[in-house]
Amino acid sequence: MTFWQVFVAPFVDMATNPRFFVEVVLGGIFAGVMYSLVALGFVLIFKASGVFNFAQGAMVLFAALTLVGFMERKVPGLVAFALTVAVMAILAFAIERIVLRPLVNQEQIILFMATIGLSYFLDGFGEMLWGADVKRLDIGIPDSSFQVAGVLVNELELTAAIVAGALVGVLAVLFQRTRIGRALRAVADDHQAALSLGISLRSIWIVVWTVAGIVAIVAGVMWGSKSGVQFSLSLIALKALPVLILGGFTSVPGAIVGGLIIGVGEKVAEVYWGPLVGGAIENWFAYALALPFVLFRPQGLFGEKIIERV
Amino acid sequence: MLYRVAGQFKTTYASDQAIFPIAQDRWFALLGLVAAFVGVPLVANEYWLQAILIPFLIYSLAAIGLNILTGYAGQLSLGTGAFMAVGAYSAFKMTTAAPQLNIIIVFMLSGLVAAGVGLLFGLPSLRIKGFYLAVATLAAQFFLTWLFNKVPWFVNYASSGTITAPPRTFFGAMVTGPGATAQARYLVALALVVAFALAAKNLVRGHVGRSWMAIRDRDIAAEIIGIRPLKTKLLAFGISSFYCGVAGAELVFLYLGSAETLAFDISLSFLVLFMVIIGGLGSILGSFLGAAFIVITPILLTNVPQFIGLQLRVDLQKHIELMVFGGLIILFLIVEPHGLARLWQITKQKLRLWPFPY
Repeated sequence: MTFWQVFVAPFVDMATNPRFFVEVVLGGIFAGVMYSLVALGFVLIFKASGVFNFAQGAMVLFAALTLVGFMERKVPGLVAFALTVAVMAILAFAIERIVLRPLVNQEQIILFMATIGLSYFLDGFGEMLWGADVKRLDIGIPDSSFQVAGVLVNELELTAAIVAGALVGVLAVLFQRTRIGRALRAVADDHQAALSLGISLRSIWIVVWTVAGIVAIVAGVMWGSKSGVQFSLSLIALKALPVLILGGFTSVPGAIVGGLIIGVGEKVAEVYWGPLVGGAIENWFAYALALPFVLFRPQGLFGEKIIERV
Repeated sequence: MLYRVAGQFKTTYASDQAIFPIAQDRWFALLGLVAAFVGVPLVANEYWLQAILIPFLIYSLAAIGLNILTGYAGQLSLGTGAFMAVGAYSAFKMTTAAPQLNIIIVFMLSGLVAAGVGLLFGLPSLRIKGFYLAVATLAAQFFLTWLFNKVPWFVNYASSGTITAPPRTFFGAMVTGPGATAQARYLVALALVVAFALAAKNLVRGHVGRSWMAIRDRDIAAEIIGIRPLKTKLLAFGISSFYCGVAGAELVFLYLGSAETLAFDISLSFLVLFMVIIGGLGSILGSFLGAAFIVITPILLTNVPQFIGLQLRVDLQKHIELMVFGGLIILFLIVEPHGLARLWQITKQKLRLWPFPY
């Protein structure tokens, strides 16, 4: 591994074959959108309740399993989607009732551990209900590619990006323009003040967990139609964590931008530098990418400034 | 009635600051030690030693290590599995490079290597806190396991990619490798964990432990009263990783026999974290209780359906086990967020009065 190989050759490759480079970056952007989708679920819950919800990955798996389960029983697509949303809402209600309410006012680490327990439970529950075999999820979009200006674009990935963009738009409207959105922001700002204004924390938590559940359904559909609905879906939570520290735990735009940075950085590194060190660096590279950012901005790129007092 | 402390007066500082200031506790601990060192090897069979007691002791050591970092110094870490892997792989490299080196010394040295790696990955803790730090320690987890997987030098170019514990003796008795009896391995693990638990207990009630707890409770205030965060946090990372490294080396040499990086993946980190939380943050005794809970629960869950005559399909049973395990953890956190150690304290408080209500 010489200086030339590490610092010069990859850039020469990029410059001599710009079309391929653009394809790599595009692939990275699409992967980043997928990470953002998962990270979004984390951010929503962390903002509203201060819970670092490790079960988000398990919720993605559970949502995808439920959706596929309904579709396998010949329920039409949209009805199945609506049913899955209902299931996620029930789940949110149950989680608030059974897990969060008794643990209110506990330290954050206790709540974090509870969500890890929850993710074990959901993994077991989902697979017991719907079976553990790998399922195909067909949403009618072919996993094929077409060319735009000589660059290959994958149709499924493009759809995923558009859907994710639309979802973020809807969420933004929900947060900024509706009554419930204002309540959500109030709770995120200050629990005590929100309570004293008559906002019910409990119903807000249910709403937030339901919204996170819907985000999980979308993420589950997108990941599931790409790689099949299987247990490994619940591990994508680990993929979303570097996105979180990069963008900040409390920022929706942070989740998006962080996801894109991680996605692109990861793909470019894997393609141009991966072979030098034997490949499969995807697992840790995202963390290595996020760490320098966090060292300079400990609250992430878009996170709220941490003010500490004695 | 039996556990009455009235009349036990302390006349010296030494007796006032003893680890077990109450005579009954002292006797209880002493009896426990004798039973563990003499009684258990005589009566326990191979299955009990191999499936329950040896992993319990090893996990206890790892849990003490993580408890020092998370429970006492307040730095949440999800990289325990990786630090254990560092211990295991460096022990393997050392004992294959120098077979005549005493195996206990190899364990200590591999603990030191793990401590060095822990110091390195502890550096970000000076800048970032809380969950940001937890996620940053995941970098250690994924990078180190990837490294051990990718670089064949770590496994001595074995094509299987696994490390295997070679046969080594300690005072003439075979303690590692396929020829070692479960009794010998149990005794080594027990001796190590007792020595290290004692060291940890003394560490956390002394100057070092107090500065850890000050950093944990309010780091800025601690800094103002003259505790250096750099030294204190890095020391916590170093010592914690030392414990985890020794535990990792033991895991391969005394328990598994051979292992690949899969044995040290993120689920191990979570498992040790569970032990610490369920046992009780900031308690050495809690580390033992938590390890016992996590080791015994899955075994019970596997055996209970058979015991009550229920025949379940294998995959269904696996799913139910996952569900029950997750549910139990949540239940435990709800019932007693401060862990088993707190329950034990409450029990002791009650015992003092028993059987009279006042």
